[in-house]
Amino acid sequence: MSARAETRLWIAQRASAVALALCVVVHLVVIIYAMRGGLSAAEILGRTRGNVGWAAFYTVFVLAAAVHAPIGLRAIAMEWLGWRGRSLSIAMHLAALGLAVLGLRAVWAVFA
Amino acid sequence: MAEWAAMKRLLVRVWRGGEQGLYHRFRVPREANQTVLDVVTYIQQRLDPTLSYRFACRVGMCGSCAMTVNGIARWTCRTHVAKVARDDRLEIGPLRNLPVIKDLVTDMSGFFDKWARAGGQMVPTATRKDALARVPPDSRERRAADAGIECIGCGVCYASCDVVSWNPDYLGPAALNRAWTLVNDVRDGARLDRLRAVAGDAGCHACHTHLSCTERCPKHLSPTAAIAGLKRATALAALKGEL
Repeated sequence: MSARAETRLWIAQRASAVALALCVVVHLVVIIYAMRGGLSAAEILGRTRGNVGWAAFYTVFVLAAAVHAPIGLRAIAMEWLGWRGRSLSIAMHLAALGLAVLGLRAVWAVFA
Repeated sequence: MAEWAAMKRLLVRVWRGGEQGLYHRFRVPREANQTVLDVVTYIQQRLDPTLSYRFACRVGMCGSCAMTVNGIARWTCRTHVAKVARDDRLEIGPLRNLPVIKDLVTDMSGFFDKWARAGGQMVPTATRKDALARVPPDSRERRAADAGIECIGCGVCYASCDVVSWNPDYLGPAALNRAWTLVNDVRDGARLDRLRAVAGDAGCHACHTHLSCTERCPKHLSPTAAIAGLKRATALAALKGEL
């Protein structure tokens, strides 16, 4: 892959890591806070259903993970499996798409 | 004879052969202030003249005597036996991540080819008719170049790097450190070509920041910092659309 493309992937992974760091902190704080009144599906849905703010937050979270994880998996696949080239690129795009679709579906499920 | 019996000795295992081979055992008299290179030299001069090893300056300048000593890559001329021997035992082998030619001698050509591939040659912008360049010693670029310029090319960082062992194309810490000193050389005219050469999965972006190179560098340089600098420089160039 070209120097420019590799560098862009690196920037994308760093930028998504920044987003993930913030999202994970907020997510953990909410988990601890939510547990105080006992954990129930009704309480979670009460917080998220129809709430555009939480939907936007978790959409950002999902998209950051969908960008971040496949780039890291790609490095592992190259180093540990010697997997390179177009097939790896296709597989990682599919991994990104899978994470995004599954994650956004979950976001929609607790919003709608 | 009684003197020999009373003498304290080291039990030294030394790699013999090429990629395939085995460790031979030698007993070497223990001396005060003895270096690992002294031990290897004693074996070659007194016990087995067929032992091959490489050295030149003996004072930590030339970078030719690096070997694996008790599992860790070191410059042997400046490594005291007292620092590394365990129970008066030493195991001395060739550097990791490089093809073994014979015994303790590795083929360093791939290592130095990577310096060239990383754009390790300076590309001058001035001619002999121009005035000497003035580089302020306290400028940011000069200080960044200074931090990496004392590399002696011994290959200890390269032998200590796990990424090199996983990805044989990886340029390695020494070549990338060299590239970073040139990226910061204001007299150089090939900055973007060099950044293109060091970007990518065989270049600075492959580094995992394990810091083995920085931990082991006998000159106490930090190739890791140089590689981080290259990551920043390539990222900025990519964002500006220059790469």
